[in-house]
Amino acid sequence: MNTSIQEAQPIHLTYREAVREALREALRKDDRVFLMGEDVGRYGGAFGVSKGLLQEFGSDRIMDTPLCESGFTGAGIGAALGGMRPIVEVMTVNFSLLAADQILNTAATYLHMSGGLFNVPLVIRMGTGGGKQLAAQHSHSLEGWYAHIPGIKVLTPATLEDARGMLWTALEDPDPVLIFENTLLYTMEGDISANPEPVDIDRAKVRRAGTDVTLISYSASLFKALDAAETLAQEGIEAEVIDLRTLRPLDDETLLTSIAKTHRAVIIDEGWRSGSISAEISARIMEKGFYDLDVPVERICAAEVPMPYANHLEQAALPQVATIIQTVKRMVTGHD
Amino acid sequence: MKKKSGGKPESIQSDTSQHLIELLRQMLRIRRFEDKCAELYSAAKIRGFLHLYNGEEAIAVGVMQAMQPDDAIVATYREHGQALAWGIPMKTVMAEMYGKQGGCCRGRGGSMHLFDKERRFYGGNAIVGGGLPLAVGLALADKKLGRNRVTCCFFGDGAAAEGEFHEALNLAALWQVPVLFVCENNQYAMGTALKYSHSNPNLAEKADNYGIANATVDGMDVLAVEAAAHKAVDIVRTEVKPFFLECITYRFRAHSMFDPEFYREKAEVEQWRERCPINTLFKTIQEKGWLSDTEWNQLNQEVDSEIAAAIAYAETCLWEPVEDLTRFVYSERGAGV
Ligand SMILES: Cc1ncc(C[n+]2csc(CCOP(=O)(O)OP(=O)(O)O)c2C)c(N)n1
Ligand SMILES: [Mg+2]
Repeated sequence: MNTSIQEAQPIHLTYREAVREALREALRKDDRVFLMGEDVGRYGGAFGVSKGLLQEFGSDRIMDTPLCESGFTGAGIGAALGGMRPIVEVMTVNFSLLAADQILNTAATYLHMSGGLFNVPLVIRMGTGGGKQLAAQHSHSLEGWYAHIPGIKVLTPATLEDARGMLWTALEDPDPVLIFENTLLYTMEGDISANPEPVDIDRAKVRRAGTDVTLISYSASLFKALDAAETLAQEGIEAEVIDLRTLRPLDDETLLTSIAKTHRAVIIDEGWRSGSISAEISARIMEKGFYDLDVPVERICAAEVPMPYANHLEQAALPQVATIIQTVKRMVTGHD
Repeated sequence: MKKKSGGKPESIQSDTSQHLIELLRQMLRIRRFEDKCAELYSAAKIRGFLHLYNGEEAIAVGVMQAMQPDDAIVATYREHGQALAWGIPMKTVMAEMYGKQGGCCRGRGGSMHLFDKERRFYGGNAIVGGGLPLAVGLALADKKLGRNRVTCCFFGDGAAAEGEFHEALNLAALWQVPVLFVCENNQYAMGTALKYSHSNPNLAEKADNYGIANATVDGMDVLAVEAAAHKAVDIVRTEVKPFFLECITYRFRAHSMFDPEFYREKAEVEQWRERCPINTLFKTIQEKGWLSDTEWNQLNQEVDSEIAAAIAYAETCLWEPVEDLTRFVYSERGAGV
C-alpha cells in the first residue's frame, strides 16, 4: 500500500456530504452510473445531497425528472436492464408509494420471473423518517415494508462510514438495492477516513458492547439506543447496541450471538409495530433464540397512528430514549 | 358565493365597485396572512413545511367567485389561499398551523393539511397529484346521486406530469363528471422549470387530448380568472362534464421555507412581481376613483386586525392532550358517515 494513502488525514463531513461523496465517487469510477430523480440537479436535491453535481457532471449524468415516480423508477429499471447503472433518487419513502408497483412488480420479480435471465442492477435511494413536524404524508418510516419483498435488498446506513460506503457496494450488487437515508441524519457530522474502505452490506454491527441487554436498532433510532445505553451504563446496566445496517437480508447470526450473551432483547424502530420489521425480528429471535431469553422480547416502535403535525403529538408517537431506558430497567430488574 | 343580480345602472356600478373592492380585500387577506406566516415560521410558532401563495392570490380568489356554497374544493399543500378565499375562518387556519387543538384539524394536519367538512374543503393534499383522482370521485358521487354540484380541484404544473393526473383526466372525461380542474401553472415544480418537466409545455393541450374543454387565462389578473371561472363552472354545472382551466401565474416566494432558490434568477422574480395581482387590481380601482385613501387604509386595518385576532386566538388555544394521540385512526362509535 502506498504510504500517502495510509497517512491521509481523516476528513470531517456531514452525513449529507458523505452521501454526496459516495455519489461523486460512483459517477467518477463508472461511466454507466447516472443519477436521476426529482430536483436532483438544478435545485440541488430536495435535501441538498446532490448539490453541485449537475455543474460537475452535466445533465446527462445528473438528470432532473418530472414528477412521475412510477415513470422514472420504471425507466431506471429499464436502463439497468439496458446496461447502465442508474441511481434513482425518490425524494422520500412516502412518494415511493407511487413507484411501489415498479419496485415490487418489476424490479423485484424480473430475475425470478425470467428464470434467471434478467437481473436488475438498480440502486434506489430515498429519504425516510419523521421528527420534523411534516405530518402524515411526509413522515413515515416504510423501509420495513420494503424489507418484506424478496428480490430486493434494503440498506439503512446510520453512520457516516456507511453513508459513504454503502452506495458503491450497492452499485456492485447485480440486483436491486434500496438505500434509506433518515433525513434527520443529514446534518450529523464527524470524521471518516479520507480513503474509505469498501463496506459490506451483509452484516449487522455491534456499535456498543454490553452484557445485560441487546438493543436492536438501525438508522436514526440507533442513536437513541446508544444514548439510552450511556444512561443505563451510569446505573450499572450494560447494553449491547446492534446496528442492523441491512433490513433485508437480516443478519440473524449477529443478533442471536448477542442475545446468547445478554439474554434480553429490545427492538427500537420508527416504523409501526404491527406487521413490521420489528415483528419479524422478534419472531426470528423467538424461533431461533427462545431458550437464550430470560424475558420476552420487547419492542419500542412508532405509535399506530398516521404521523400528527403538532410537535408534542409527533414526539409522543416516536420512540424515545426515556422509553428505552424505562423498558430496559423493567426487563433487568423485573419492575418499573 | 352567489353573484348578486344587477338592478338599475347606478347600482350596477356600485355593485361592481363593491365587488372589485371585495376581490381586493380577499387577495390582501391572503397576502398579509402569508407574510405573517413567514414571520411566525422564523419565530418557530409554525413548523414543518410551509408553502406560501404570494403572487398566486388571483387564482383562488377569482375561481371561488364562480363556486356555490355547496360545491367542493380539493387543494394541495399550498392551500392557505384556497382555504381563506373559501371562507374557512382565518383563526382556525392559523391555530392549525400552530398545531393547536383549536385548529381546523386539531393540530394534526398543519399547513399542508387543512380540512373543513361543513364547507366541503377536502384538503390539503401533500402528495403531488394525489387530489385529482379524489376530485373525480367526489364529482362521480354527485353525478350518481343526482346532485347538481361542482368539485373544483387545484393543482400545480408539476402535478401534470404525474400518472394520477392523466388517469384522473381520462376518468373525468370518460365518465363525464362535474369537476373543474384548475391548474396553477406557476412555471416551476420546486426547482424544476416547466420546460424540464413537460415535453409539451402547453398544459391545456393535455386536456385537449382527453377531449376536455379547456381555457388558459392570465392568473395574475383576478378579473380574468373570475370571468374564465364563471364560464368554466357554467359548463361543468349545466352540461355535467369536466373543464380544465389553466392559470398562468408565478410564485413570488421560495417553494417552501427550505428552498435556497438556486434555480431561478432574482431578475425573473422581480419581473413577475411587477405584475402583482393585488397592485394591478388596486390600480384599476383607484383609476375609477372607487377607493379613497381613507377607505384603503381602513381596508388594510381590517385585514391586519383579522390576522392579529387569528394569532391571538391561536396563541390562546390549548394543545391536544397527548392521551388523545391515537384518536381518529378509526371512526369513533356513533361518529362518521
Ligand atoms: C408524489 C410527490 N412527489 C414529490 C413530492 C415533493 N414535492 C412537493 S411539492 C413539489 C413540486 C410540485 O410542483 P407543482 O405541482 O408545480 O406545484 P407548486 O408547488 O408549484 O404549487 C414536489 C416535487 C410530493 N409532495 N409528492
Ligand atoms: Mg408549480
